[in-house]
Amino acid sequence: MSPPVPSKILTDDVSLLMVLIDTNPHFWSSIKPHFSFSKFLSHVLAFLNSILLLNQLNQVVVLATGINSCGYVFDSSSGSVSQRAESLLPKLEEFAENDESLSERDDDSGNGVGSSLLSGSLSMALCYIQRVFRSGPLHPQPRILCLHGSPDGPGQYVAIMNSIFSAQRSMVPIDSCVIGIQHSAFLQQASYITGGVYLKPQQLDGLFQYLATVFATDLHSRNFLRLPKPVGVDFRASCFCHKNTIDMGFICSVCLSIFCKHQKKCSTCGSTFGQAKTLDPSASQQR
Amino acid sequence: MADKQQQVVVKRARHKSSVKDPGTPGVLKMTKDRFTFMANDPSSPVKLNVEFRTIKGHKFTKDGTKQALLNLTQDQGGNYIFEFENFPDRNVCKDFVASAIALSGEAGRTVPEKSAVPIQDEQLSAAEMERRIKLLQEDSDLQKLHKQFVIGGILSEAEFWATRKKLLEQNYSRRPKQRVALKNDMWSTKPLADGQSNRVTFNLTPEIILQIFAEKPAVRQAYLNFVPNKMTEKEFWTKYSRAEYLHSTKNVIAAAAEAAEDEELAVFLKQDDMLVNEARKKIRQVDPTLDMEADEGDDYMHLPIQDHGLPRNDNKDVLDSQYEPYRRSFSQHLNQHAAVVLQGRVIDVELGDTRSVAEALARTKHAELAKDASDVYLDKERLERISRMTEIEDLQAPRDPAVAPLSIKDPRDYFDSQQANAFSTLGDTVSGAKQLKCSVSTREAYCSLKECISEIKFQGLTEPTINSEVAFKVLNGLAQNISSNKYHLGRNPNESILDSLPKITREELLLHWSSIQELLKHFWSSYPITTKYLLTKATKLKDAMSQIYPKLQEIKESVQSDLRHQVSLLVQPMLQVDVLFGNDKWSF
Repeated sequence: MSPPVPSKILTDDVSLLMVLIDTNPHFWSSIKPHFSFSKFLSHVLAFLNSILLLNQLNQVVVLATGINSCGYVFDSSSGSVSQRAESLLPKLEEFAENDESLSERDDDSGNGVGSSLLSGSLSMALCYIQRVFRSGPLHPQPRILCLHGSPDGPGQYVAIMNSIFSAQRSMVPIDSCVIGIQHSAFLQQASYITGGVYLKPQQLDGLFQYLATVFATDLHSRNFLRLPKPVGVDFRASCFCHKNTIDMGFICSVCLSIFCKHQKKCSTCGSTFGQAKTLDPSASQQR
Repeated sequence: MADKQQQVVVKRARHKSSVKDPGTPGVLKMTKDRFTFMANDPSSPVKLNVEFRTIKGHKFTKDGTKQALLNLTQDQGGNYIFEFENFPDRNVCKDFVASAIALSGEAGRTVPEKSAVPIQDEQLSAAEMERRIKLLQEDSDLQKLHKQFVIGGILSEAEFWATRKKLLEQNYSRRPKQRVALKNDMWSTKPLADGQSNRVTFNLTPEIILQIFAEKPAVRQAYLNFVPNKMTEKEFWTKYSRAEYLHSTKNVIAAAAEAAEDEELAVFLKQDDMLVNEARKKIRQVDPTLDMEADEGDDYMHLPIQDHGLPRNDNKDVLDSQYEPYRRSFSQHLNQHAAVVLQGRVIDVELGDTRSVAEALARTKHAELAKDASDVYLDKERLERISRMTEIEDLQAPRDPAVAPLSIKDPRDYFDSQQANAFSTLGDTVSGAKQLKCSVSTREAYCSLKECISEIKFQGLTEPTINSEVAFKVLNGLAQNISSNKYHLGRNPNESILDSLPKITREELLLHWSSIQELLKHFWSSYPITTKYLLTKATKLKDAMSQIYPKLQEIKESVQSDLRHQVSLLVQPMLQVDVLFGNDKWSF
């Protein structure tokens, strides 16, 4: 960690930016005609360098979100001198190798784009931020930026909601820039709940401009700026049993787990549920 | 309370048209909902029969003034003035009038609820009924819903309250009533002095006695000691009043002279030793880290204004020391009085019996002293406080990071951002998943990924990073996005669509929203429909909902054209039953 900074230099706008890059290979190959991973990387690297130029004390940490693992690929504060973002490239290659080796061999047929491990990288980012919080009274203001494109994995609903709530409690905003085809309900909720910015760029080849205009702003300046808001937020939950998105369902009154069908016992906390009331209690009075 | 209250009050009174008017003598009779006045002289035209419903307030003259008047004012400005023979009579009538007005005020409000409650045939206890009525009175939103549905016959009383059991229970264990504090005015030492005779009259009420005992422990102790052994209560208070009178004349020498003669009087005239002890103890408990260094602001001696208006004892140094104990310091008295008032009521005894009050106060004081004596815990607390005050920053242990407090949000905050998603996103996700099809094997996918990375490694970043035209387009798009009306939906704590509507529309919309919520709750809870009762209930609910739809339509049309789209989006989820079933597809 960097040595403690005298308070005179630590101004309001020093930020620690955690960037979560989606490296789902299926997603990137499916989107190939529109936007390539190399173009994406060049936009992102330019953006990261400009963040480091905004303030001498800014820190950037990059995490790669793969389909089998997540890992740190860049930390600007490691080493004696602030590094340029390009130094993440070898680490990223290594990460991709590692991720590939973890995937199962018999998965050769293309059966749709799977989801990447967003919950894992969110948790890792939050852990890093907690460490920064405990490093002393003077630290940069952290925030998380998710560059995500893979579809939402319903199996990760619980883990992602947990990380969103812990980010909310630690007052860490989660910004989302969705580069996929469809909106991501998880990230919409994440940005809404934590007070971050959600954006789905219309033009992907202008990604750098979007990043520099919307996501480069530090938390203090956001009080004075008007940033884009999503049209609406999809608050629908997924049921815990089948991971389907549902509008109406059953909720355990002890632990608030959501189920789509009536169950005898809550699978999360083990409390038993009463009988389902098929008749209204006053119906028995035979009106 | 209802038992003590009289049902009828009959008093002699004179009815006056104005204060100066001598008035017509007669008899005033008051019952709970009306009062009548009949003049003694049957030929007099003055006959009154007025309902308390029309009386909005009452005014009265203070006790002890020339006339005992009671003025009942009406809403439109008319009033009725009655003069009574004596103050107790007038006070009885005044209290009765006050409760009657309060009752008639409530009755006006509870009439609709009371008439609705008998509709259902559940066995409810009176307490339960009372609770419901109280709850309805307090929450006007709930009252509106109740009126709309239960009185409109759409829901039954039981169903309405079935989901609100928690509210009823909360209401049951009410907060304790507000306690009345001690009066702040110091007992005036200016007695009522008749101009004619040499008599000086002091008025002592139990309240005043309580205050005297609380402020002057020596007097309390003296009371416990002297009464009833040495003197009666009346004598005691006479002596005390004499002492007060002497003090008020500020004649220290006379005070000393009288004290020398009468030893009991001396107790009242001398300084209060018990108070001095108490003060010493309090000083010891002051926080040792309190900065008591005096600076210019603490200099009270050399102020331009003499002593902030407090009377100064100018001949302080002239008198002999033998008169010192008989001097009363006003500022000390004021401080002691303030301390007692702030402490509030420490005892719970009825104020009627003076002796029990004195004993109760003495007991409390003893308990406090005993507690202070065994003050091991107190010492520890003081040490902790000292260490907290004198923290050295460098030696601090690391503190846990700040966390946002839990905040449970009102569902109305989410009102704006929910509507867009009710139907649209369903379609989106389905089609979206279809589009993203990966026809490449995992291995190939990884290969292409790694290729991209090495491409950059060798070629470096693209130059320029971004095409200027594209950048311009993006900026324009973003600017339009942010400034256009369309994207003002979603969370923005400062402005919301609801706020930009006129107030009446907003209230109506929210009312319709909450009623539709209620109806939908009952509608969906009656599924699966297995009995005829449920079928009729569901149909009734659906009809009620469809009645609200034209009202929503009206609202939509009444709104300004540029807001119309947002309002219709807001309204959309309220129409879900309509959309799901359609008006003609309602069958099983």
